[in-house]
Amino acid sequence: MKTTDRSFLTAFCVSLGLLASGSVLAAGGGDVHLDSANINLHDQGSLQRGAKAFITNCLNCHSAQFMRWGHLTKIGLTEDQIKANLMFNPDTKFSDYMTTALNAKDAQAWLGKMPPDLTLVARVRGSDWIYTYLRAYYVDPASPSGWNNEVFPNVGMPHVLHDLQGSMTKAVVGEKESHGKKEPVTKLVMERKGSMTTQEYDMYVRDLVNYMTFMGEPVRIKRTQIGVVVMLFLALAFFAALIVKREYWKDVK
Amino acid sequence: MSNTIKQPIEPPIAGPAGKLIVWVDQRFPLMSLWNEHLAQYYAPKNFNFWYYFGSLAMLVLVMQIVTGIFLTMNYKPDAKYAFASVEYIMRDVSFGWLIRYMHSTGASMFFLVVYLHMMRGLMYGSYRKPRELLWIFGCMIYLALMAEAFFGYLLPWGQMSYWGAQVIINLFAAVPIIGEDLAIWIRGDFNIGDATLNRFFAFHVIALPLVLLGLVAAHIMALHEVGSNNPDGVEIKKDLDPKTGTPRDGIPFHPYYTVKDIVGVVVFLAIFSAIVFFAPEMGGYFLEKPNFEQADPLQTPAHIAPVWYFTPFYAMLRAVPSFLGSQFWGVAVMGAATLILFVLPWLDRGKVRSIRYRGPLYKRFLASFVVSFLILGYLGVVPTTVWGQVPHAIPVIGGIDTATIVSRILTAVYFAFFLLMPWYTKKDIPNEKPEPTRVTY
Repeated sequence: MKTTDRSFLTAFCVSLGLLASGSVLAAGGGDVHLDSANINLHDQGSLQRGAKAFITNCLNCHSAQFMRWGHLTKIGLTEDQIKANLMFNPDTKFSDYMTTALNAKDAQAWLGKMPPDLTLVARVRGSDWIYTYLRAYYVDPASPSGWNNEVFPNVGMPHVLHDLQGSMTKAVVGEKESHGKKEPVTKLVMERKGSMTTQEYDMYVRDLVNYMTFMGEPVRIKRTQIGVVVMLFLALAFFAALIVKREYWKDVK
Repeated sequence: MSNTIKQPIEPPIAGPAGKLIVWVDQRFPLMSLWNEHLAQYYAPKNFNFWYYFGSLAMLVLVMQIVTGIFLTMNYKPDAKYAFASVEYIMRDVSFGWLIRYMHSTGASMFFLVVYLHMMRGLMYGSYRKPRELLWIFGCMIYLALMAEAFFGYLLPWGQMSYWGAQVIINLFAAVPIIGEDLAIWIRGDFNIGDATLNRFFAFHVIALPLVLLGLVAAHIMALHEVGSNNPDGVEIKKDLDPKTGTPRDGIPFHPYYTVKDIVGVVVFLAIFSAIVFFAPEMGGYFLEKPNFEQADPLQTPAHIAPVWYFTPFYAMLRAVPSFLGSQFWGVAVMGAATLILFVLPWLDRGKVRSIRYRGPLYKRFLASFVVSFLILGYLGVVPTTVWGQVPHAIPVIGGIDTATIVSRILTAVYFAFFLLMPWYTKKDIPNEKPEPTRVTY
């Protein structure tokens, strides 16, 4: 007589699985195709280069107000290395947060608003989004800053890294049918070369995104390492608990 | 309370520990509590998979209280510092990240476990006489849990905390006449602000945990008064062993179910740890992505979705069209969807309890109920535009999104399970299978 609730359980699990996969598809659906950042949080060289890129390019205007300089030791740097190579302001203490020199009043006057804090941006937007975004700027004379972005239309920030990447423009390369209407197909093309090749720039952004992902959750590597130990312990505990249960239940008839 | 002097018990174990137990038992009902609730509480021997979730819910409750205490040590319930204090816990407090992830994962797992526990009750008729009050205490726990989760969700002071609370509090504003004042009274301000955060903190860490603990105690006392149901729905107390006077199909909870539940606990902890250590955000369902951004009253997120455990009711809310210029009907439907659970014991007219012996109608209604609840849960997560619009040829009132129409149908199915129950359970009686006299083991 156990069949009814067995089949009910199976049906329950199957529908839950279908629903979960449906939700994942729905959650992943965005308007723009994102390139995979393909980051590696175990690559300390990449994290260190990314930290340098972040501090030289982003920290001038954006803060990382929840990130302490001292936590940079987690990416394989010593206190002396951090102080000598990354902390440009001699008044900053090692335990201080990564704040920006830009104050809110100047930001309001120059940029119209305070640039957002970047500590957690990788957790809000995702690594792939930042990776694609920083490679999707193009020249747009209609925009106040002269720049626009494929991933973040009408973005307020100009293309800070254009010296490295070069500048791209949006060119019409064809037409496609969409809902019965003809729409132009556009593509970003390099107008003026920067100091880096495309591959070099992609690697540069990848390192930067790697660092920003680390900064969003500095404990992530440690978390998964502890997790492996916990899972192994629970696997052993499972067998121990099962043996005890079977022993006791021998006399239940 | 007895008028005779209590005689010392025989020491249950040798040595000084045994003497201590005797000493305590002279002054406190230690052995009688132990026997009544564990060593001589007879539970049916045929518990299956579905019977793990009661003890697991207790486990999660304890975990939430313990991790909550440690979070409180570093969390600041202040609109200015709340978000930063959570990040401080995540980065600077020793193992703060673990405590926080356990608490956030625990919230979702609490609901998962409770939903499965309630599902068990529906399948095996655990709400039926004489367990009506047990079921009602359970429903009250569920309501208190929803309130507890709602108050707690504001505390990280992220974007989704803020705007989620905004949506829910605005539901109260939809109440006719007093609505606006009611919403202000709840918020303590014209907008969600520091006053709201402070009172939500008080409710989350003191008021509702006390209510929950009291209700859980009542739930367990009621359970141990009437005894556990089982997958066959057979009353084991009807068949006592003449020699011992205990149920023939019952076994002492301790040690049999304590050792069995430990297996369940370990499996649960494995799933729980897999989430905590490898996917604490659970793809944005346990920790929503916009909540890593500090609350900004001036910037509404593109898509506001409550956490997954509220979404079936949220989908119902959205599905109900406004009527006579008021959104109140959606709120009323949502409230009714949770409150209708309370009367379930009096809606069921079937003769047998367990789904194993029920007629085909009950099985079909229960299956459609579960499916509609799950799909409503999905539809509450996604925007109403997810399935496009119905063709213009089909006349519908208030909204032409396919998902809205489907939500309405599923809401009707949800309520049909309850409202038609007196009819279909009675009609099913001739088709029910005979309940066995002993449990199947």
